[in-house]
Amino acid sequence: MMSNGMALLAIFTLAIFVGFEVVSKVSSTLHTPLMSGANAIHGVILVGAIVVADHSSNNLELWLALTAIVLATVNMVGGFVVTDRMLEMFKAKKK
Amino acid sequence: MNRNLYDLIGLAAAVCFILALKGLSHPKTARRGNLIGAFGATVATLLVFFFTGNKDDKNYHALPLHHLPLILGALVLGLLVGVPAARKVQMTQMPQLVALFNGVGGGAAALVAIVEYLKLGSNATSAEVIATVFTVIVGSVSFSGSCITFAKLQELMTTRPVVFPGGRFLIAANLAGVFAAGAWVVNSGGNTSLAVLGGLSLLFGVLFVLPVGGADVPIVISLLNAFTGLTVAASGYVLQTTLLIVAGTLVGASGTILTRLMAEAMGRSLFKTLFGAFTAKPQAASGEAEARPVKSGSPEDVAILLNYARRVVIVPGFGLAVAQAQHTVRELADVLASKGIDVAYGIHAVAGRMPGHMNVLLAEANVPYEQLAEMDEVNPTFSQTDVALVIGANDVVNPAAKNSPGCPIYGMPILEVADAANVVFLKRSMRPGFAGIENELLYDPKTTLLFGDAKDTLTKVVSALKNL
Repeated sequence: MMSNGMALLAIFTLAIFVGFEVVSKVSSTLHTPLMSGANAIHGVILVGAIVVADHSSNNLELWLALTAIVLATVNMVGGFVVTDRMLEMFKAKKK
Repeated sequence: MNRNLYDLIGLAAAVCFILALKGLSHPKTARRGNLIGAFGATVATLLVFFFTGNKDDKNYHALPLHHLPLILGALVLGLLVGVPAARKVQMTQMPQLVALFNGVGGGAAALVAIVEYLKLGSNATSAEVIATVFTVIVGSVSFSGSCITFAKLQELMTTRPVVFPGGRFLIAANLAGVFAAGAWVVNSGGNTSLAVLGGLSLLFGVLFVLPVGGADVPIVISLLNAFTGLTVAASGYVLQTTLLIVAGTLVGASGTILTRLMAEAMGRSLFKTLFGAFTAKPQAASGEAEARPVKSGSPEDVAILLNYARRVVIVPGFGLAVAQAQHTVRELADVLASKGIDVAYGIHAVAGRMPGHMNVLLAEANVPYEQLAEMDEVNPTFSQTDVALVIGANDVVNPAAKNSPGCPIYGMPILEVADAANVVFLKRSMRPGFAGIENELLYDPKTTLLFGDAKDTLTKVVSALKNL
């Protein structure tokens, strides 16, 4: 049985390889949407922001956390919407 | 039961992110991939509202959440800012918007780590403190770096590399300061040390991006994107949230590869991109060059040139995007095709301000995909091309990339339009391109310059061509 820290480290290591693997052969056409899509994915820090907002025990912590929620939402939602707009245009080229 | 279900749903969201990246790597599945990612992110967010998390983990929280109204308010505010920005942005401004989204994500990750650190106080384990320090440094660098990138792309500031005397030492001293502040936080801790660390890291982000030249900015966005991914992973470690670790690491790893691929497309190493401005020799003064004669033509001249061509290659660049001329270009291509002229588009991987920028724009104008030729395909055909029509592109056809070592774009593969029998440049002015380098090709005897807004001039060329 692994300790919690070790388990998280193992997950981290495996995720590195998966990350390398999935994008290893991408055409330059898709570089921008891929960058933008990946950018949206890290907006999931929103989950962390909501959790720390719940944890906050004073006003400073609360307002920092709420700011994080706003920023993370912009990152996540805006990122997916903008990526979709780009990709919508790629789709149009099919006859 | 509750616990297993929570973990399982979290795992499903992580799988969604892997599928999203996988899908985004192929043209056919890209859009679906993005939607799968959005679905995963939505599920992950909803999960927090309906499950408490595991009691022993740092991400355990109350249900309903404390401060629920404020949290929902913040979410709505984020939606109100993010969605309209993403929907209204013009395709030309896409790169800076992506930079900005990335920056706020980095800022959010840094804030999350800071709040959790304040909360843990002296109870934090050393691994948690180190992860916090990492998040604050990289998140702040990503935030301020992205802001500078945004300012450069939006042309709120100069797009040229900003280098000042002693800059190298300043940046080294700044970096040393960041490490020292990091050590301070780890050793004694406390809010002051954390604030100093954040401040120095923000400054480092600014100094780090300032010397990067305009054409390299997309690479920097991609690198900062990978950075933000890693900060999210580190926050996930502090909060013991597997999903954040997986999502952040995926973005960090794929972003690193993507950054390398982009750098390769520009024919340079990542190191040179980032630190090139510190080592590049100052360029020869370009003042004398400006007085040299150029051949400029009228739209009618260009129409005649095109009318008697057998093969025309259109090379679009950022100027096309600025002028929103993609539809007019397609009209021109249609008219040429109706006259039996062979038309192709030569697409440089980094034409415009982000990789694939031209593909997006031309796809918007319904240009058939088969007509878009990548550099390797189109370069050998320029010698059989009668007219290379360069629309608002400069750096990607600049022979200086081949001929003058020491210039910022030296080594970047270019579209060899000089091999064509005639070259026509549609330009707004004699101003050099984004990278700020003089283009010798403009003075070549076989080059014709057509000044003006690309859309206006192209419209004139099209109507002149129809009358011939």
